[in-house]
Amino acid sequence: MTMNLYAAQNPASSKVAARALDVHYGEKQALFAVDLDIRAGEVTALIGPSGCGKSTFLRCINRMNDMVDGARVSGSLTLDGSDIYDRNVDVVQLRARVGMVFQKPNPFPKSIYDNVAYGPRIHGLARDQAELDEIVMNSLEKAGLLGEVEDRLQESGTGLSGGQQQRLCIARAIAVAPEVILMDEPCSALDPIATAKVEELIDELRENFTIVIVTHSMQQAARVSQRTAFFHLGKLIEVGDTEQIFTNPQQPLTQGYITGRFG
Amino acid sequence: MTEMAQTTAAATRTAETVAARLGRRYAAERRFRALGLASILMSVAFLAILLGTIVQKGWTGFMQTQIALEVSFDPQVIDPDGGRDPLTLDTADYADLVRNAMAARLAPDADRNARRDLSSMVSTMAADQLRRMVTGNPALIGTKATVWLLASDKLDMVSKGQAPRQPGAVGNVLNDRQLAWLGALEEAGQTRKTFNTTFFTAGDSRAPEQAGIWGAVVGSFFSLAITLLVSFPLGVATAVYLEEFAPTNRWTDLIEVNINNLAAVPSVVFGLLGLAVFLNVFHLPRSSPVAGGLVLALICLPTIIIAGRAALKAVPPSIRQAAAGLGASPLQIVSHHVLPLAMPGMLTGTILGMARALGETAPLLMIGMVAFIVDIPKSPLDPSAVLPVQIYLWAGSSERAFVEKTSAAIMVLLLFLVSMNMVAIILRKKFERRW
Repeated sequence: MTMNLYAAQNPASSKVAARALDVHYGEKQALFAVDLDIRAGEVTALIGPSGCGKSTFLRCINRMNDMVDGARVSGSLTLDGSDIYDRNVDVVQLRARVGMVFQKPNPFPKSIYDNVAYGPRIHGLARDQAELDEIVMNSLEKAGLLGEVEDRLQESGTGLSGGQQQRLCIARAIAVAPEVILMDEPCSALDPIATAKVEELIDELRENFTIVIVTHSMQQAARVSQRTAFFHLGKLIEVGDTEQIFTNPQQPLTQGYITGRFG
Repeated sequence: MTEMAQTTAAATRTAETVAARLGRRYAAERRFRALGLASILMSVAFLAILLGTIVQKGWTGFMQTQIALEVSFDPQVIDPDGGRDPLTLDTADYADLVRNAMAARLAPDADRNARRDLSSMVSTMAADQLRRMVTGNPALIGTKATVWLLASDKLDMVSKGQAPRQPGAVGNVLNDRQLAWLGALEEAGQTRKTFNTTFFTAGDSRAPEQAGIWGAVVGSFFSLAITLLVSFPLGVATAVYLEEFAPTNRWTDLIEVNINNLAAVPSVVFGLLGLAVFLNVFHLPRSSPVAGGLVLALICLPTIIIAGRAALKAVPPSIRQAAAGLGASPLQIVSHHVLPLAMPGMLTGTILGMARALGETAPLLMIGMVAFIVDIPKSPLDPSAVLPVQIYLWAGSSERAFVEKTSAAIMVLLLFLVSMNMVAIILRKKFERRW
């Protein structure tokens, strides 16, 4: 099976590539020998039942797992061919290249403007105030939020609705101009209308960013992604074009999951 | 059909049983509420008794009795040579002027004993009062003027009704002759009660009518300033390091347990530590706010650390993750986001710690702050008293007039404590955030 996967993936065009990736949390192993390529300029959806390791895989890519006590990563995980877990890699630099949007909207309790400006400020991306203003406006525009908040940029980001908060978080992530954006169930705390807006946004962002999205909703995976990877009990079971995974899964486990027999 | 009947019967039984127990359940609830209400009422009653006693005993401490006397600024006593030399004017025997004025008013033919009785009705401060008048305006010499002079503590007590007035009564502080004189003065409208500014501007004194809390207030202020300067940065840094940076292992667990234990160590033990370390090893000045403040800082530290860690824990992890996800370094996460959000909680803990430090007595006794200090401290290195120790000292004094001073000082201390706690509550309310 592993060999098949290798054959199906083309390392040359992959932005992120995992080979034999193992993750342990203390005694417990969360990921088993995962081989997965994330292609540039595409939306890759990670699906699978709760506790299958899809979020763990996502959090390996920007090393958010470093913040978890007892987390150990072995195997190889590369971004543009260079090892993410190399000793010389600076986590700060890595996270400037790999942005993240979380499950629950988590704007800083600061103004909308400061929320978006925070990333560029700490990385020194703007030379002056005008440039910073431009970055903030652009990011809000790209996140489809500018029209709604243009006249209240100095109000607190926590005062927005849930869907607006999540788009603010996306604006905040793209303000740093990362190459990859990781999304950890970005719509699970949103109502259907807000979800539709965020999904639309994800589709637009695909032009400029490589996106990896973890989702519990198979409909969402089908709607927004080009490729889908199915995880089960810490193992990558199957990866392929989204259409193929949902219409013609190769593995019985995948078929069982997408037809709702377990999950 | 039978099945259905059975189900109906079971349901009826359930309803009956529940109904039967309902009364008992409500009764239990009523009992519980009544007990809770009773305990609250009891605590309120105790608090009212405590405050009532203090206020009732102490409010007269904010008043003082004065006597109006026609003082003759006799050149023979003040400046026999007529040179108006400032030194002569400054060192003249003004007490004699007071005695003369009293004698002239009450007993023109007084003998030595009578003159002594007369002068003990007026505070020794009266002489200082006249000295200030004369040195400020030498033209007064040779004239006569009616001056309100500070009464002695004994006269003050009788005048305020805190010592018996009847001649021959048990516990008299004035003798029969003095009581008669006082009666004469009062009848002529030559006594009055005014606001006791001395109490708020003077340092400690052996004479109750001249004793004030200002020295202790300044001492407390210096001590608390030192405490704040030392314990706040140390406490915050410790809390941040332990909560945000330190790895979880046996050592940090041990440190945490010890900090929690330190919070429960009797404060007198910290006093002994301060005596051993700050006085005997570092040779800081004994009885000084700097030594006291350092000891109080040790006492405050565990409180501040524990409150600080709780405040840091209360900052949702999502904020940390959001910042980390944008590439903020651990220090940036803490300084830009976590610490500002935790600061109100930390400040609340600090103010509560400070309030505790303000009321501490025992550890300060250990480092010699129990000394009798008259001067107002000018720097944290000067010997000084602090409010609670001042209260302790006055409570142990034998003069009856110190009883009201003690209660008055307690009121001032309580006022400080209440206002500090108010600030803590206001801070908490003001900066409370919704996530």
